Formats: sequence, C-alpha cells, structure tokens
Amino acid sequence: MAQNDHTAFVMRDRGWHPPAYAPAYKTSVARSPQQALMSLQTPTASELTGPDFDNFALGPVDNDLLLNYREGTARDGLPIGERIIVYGRVVDQYNKPVAGTLVEAWQANAGGRYRHKKDAYMAPLDPNFGGVGRTVTDADGWYRFRTIRPGPYPWPNDVNSWRPAHIHVSVMGPSISTRLITQLYFEGDPLIPLCPIVNTLNDPDAIDTLVARLDKAGSRPMDSLAYRFDIVTRGALQTYFENQG
Amino acid sequence: MTQPTRDGQLRYPESPSQTAGPYVHIGLALEVAGLPPRDVEIGPEIATRDAEGEQIEIVGTVIDGNGDVVEDILIEAWQADANGVYQTDYRADRAFRGFGRSAPGEHDAGELALHTIKPGRVAHPNGQPMAPHINLMLFARGINIHLHTRLYFDDEAEANAACPFLARVPPTRRDTLIAARENNDGVPRYRFEIHLQGPRETVFFDF
Repeated sequence: MAQNDHTAFVMRDRGWHPPAYAPAYKTSVARSPQQALMSLQTPTASELTGPDFDNFALGPVDNDLLLNYREGTARDGLPIGERIIVYGRVVDQYNKPVAGTLVEAWQANAGGRYRHKKDAYMAPLDPNFGGVGRTVTDADGWYRFRTIRPGPYPWPNDVNSWRPAHIHVSVMGPSISTRLITQLYFEGDPLIPLCPIVNTLNDPDAIDTLVARLDKAGSRPMDSLAYRFDIVTRGALQTYFENQG
Repeated sequence: MTQPTRDGQLRYPESPSQTAGPYVHIGLALEVAGLPPRDVEIGPEIATRDAEGEQIEIVGTVIDGNGDVVEDILIEAWQADANGVYQTDYRADRAFRGFGRSAPGEHDAGELALHTIKPGRVAHPNGQPMAPHINLMLFARGINIHLHTRLYFDDEAEANAACPFLARVPPTRRDTLIAARENNDGVPRYRFEIHLQGPRETVFFDF
C-alpha cells in the first residue's frame, strides 16, 4: 500500500525543533549550516513521497532486544538490567494513526555502554545484549519493543557531562518530509534537565514530549514495567479544493 | 461550544528532533558498528545490477566547518526509478528499491558510497521535468535535526539548465548540489562533497 503520493504536510516548526547551532552542545558548532535553509513553497514529488515499509520483512525477534542479539532462547542467557516494555502510537499532528511505518530503536546497555566499535567507556559490554530493534506500526499506529532500561553514561562535552538514560528512536512516516530521529527519555530521570543535548530544545514543553511515562497498568506482573512513548509526525493536509483557479 | 484558542488544540506538535548521535550505526548501519547484520538490512545498494537503467556508483564525503571529514556521518538516499517514478512500496527483494543508507566504515576515511541507477526525470508541479537527482538526508552527532539536500549530475548539463527546481537555487550556490562524473573503468562514478559550513556550504532545504 502506497500511503502517500503527493500529500502536503503541516509546515515544520523550526522553532520547536532544536536549532542547528546550539553551542552548549559543542559538536554542533562546526556541523551546523550557517546559511539559511532554502524553503520550498512548492514541494515536489521528491519531497512528498517516501518509502513505505508495510511489506518490510521483519525477523521474528527484531523488536525484542532481550532476545535478538544472541542466537537461541532466554534459557541461553538474558541481558542484565531492568526489563521494560516500550510501546506507543505513531500518530500525525491530527491524531491520525501512521500505519505501516518503520520504527527503529538503538540504545546503550544497562551499564551505559554501546555495542559499537567506537564506544570505549569502561562499563562492560553485555554478552547478551546488542541494543538494536525495529518494528513496523500496525493499522492503528501502534508499535512495541521489549528491552532493558539503558544506563546513563558520561561523554566528552563539558568537563563532566552525562547523558540521561535514553533510547534513540527513528521513524519514517509517509514521506521523507515526515522523516524524524529523536530520543526517548524516562520519567523522573534527574539528568534530563542537565543534559546539553536535551537542552538544544528551547521549549520545556518540547522536552516534555520526549519523556516516556511509566504505565503501571501496561506492565507485566513479576516480569516487566511498561513505558508509554507516543510519536507525532507531521500532519497530512487534505486537498479539499482541487482547482487552483 | 468554544473555538480552539491555542495551537495545541488545533493539532499536536510534531515530536521534536534530537541528534542521531555518534552511535547511530548500531540502529541504522549495523555492520559499521560491528554488529551482525539481520536477514534484511537497508544498505547502500539502492538498485541491484539487475535493475532497469544506467548503473552508477556515487561516492563522496561530508566536511565540517573546520575542513574535517565527518567520519561518523550517515546518509539516507531516496530517488525515482529510471522512468522518473518514485516506487513507494519498499521491497528489499526487488532490483530497484529507491531507498538506501550509507555510512563510512572504519577504513573508509569518511568516504560514503552508494550503488544505484541514474534516476529518470520527475515532473515538477509546474509540469516541466526536473533534472535527474537523488534526495539526501544527513544524520550525525552534532546535527540536531537532519539536513535535506539533493544530488544532481554534472553530465546532465542540459537537463540541469532547464530544471525548474534548480532554477530557484541561487546561481552562485547551484554547484554545491552537483556531483562530478569521474573516469572509472567500470560503472560510471560520481563524486560529491557536502560542506556543512563555509564558503562552499551546500544548499540545504526546508520543506
């Protein structure tokens, strides 16, 4: 099902998103364009289409980070850490479900260490944890992952900067216009307001939309806590008047 | 009944972007991170050797404001098929996929590579054909919200000159979008340089 051919979208609010240049996040200084972005008042099919992943061949445990790194079953070893379910809906700005869209996630292990060649943090790797997942939203826009809660970790920005626990989340939406990568934070984490990357966002309300809420009712007794994280992609605008006059 | 008075009552705000970070490869380019690939990965092969159209390679680098190559860059590419049609139903098992990802590996010195076919011409809303191009999205540590740009081809001079989209780009900056064909024994190869800042800053789009 091609979800979108030439639908237009609500204009992206660049003041709500982080600016390219946010000097307290030091790496942004040399990597931020200095010229103004060129705004397209007339987007073309190139901008208004995108890959639709409704038919993407997912593996059976692609969204289960407890099981998807090591071959075998839980009996062969599970990752260390707090077992959690992360779930939510992908909707557009008008609360319409974004169905059949690819949701990808990656994260550090419980000790705050990434399984990446370039992560040299002293916390150990977990032999049972890779830290990557993906899924496709159902007809109502729902997605779900099972994982462990990632740990916070230090990083070289200020003399002593720490990232709050977070999961990176990537969604495509119906077009490359709706493409979005963001980060999920956890309710109550005291590191959130101290983080230079979080604080690239100027509006506290924007930060608040990235904080997953504990959903006790959605948790599994004697098994896993659940965190709810809804993702909003740009609203699809209807063409009510075909004739441009 | 009252009318909506605040923006939030009319529509939800979009989820705000956060940087993809230095470890983006774990999620979107597993082999670069050193993770075993899954059965299906979205990789740099936008089109296989069996796809209709002219086979091409694209190589390039992204350069920051200090002149350093951004070695931890990840790009996504979205393009039309040889007939100028966007194939929106993504199927990894098809010869033409339309969508791909590329990130430099450990020994690539920051060089990106894509394998694809040269896209056909897509109509601009004004009815005129746009010159062949590939839409690129850039993600990396230090990039707070991904950047959109386009890649055009220098051996399409006539089509480029007539492209209604390129015509909107200030002439002095148009070259920043055009990849150069290189002498290559096998498949034609195009090289691009994306400059995030500076006198040769690439044109980035908002749409």
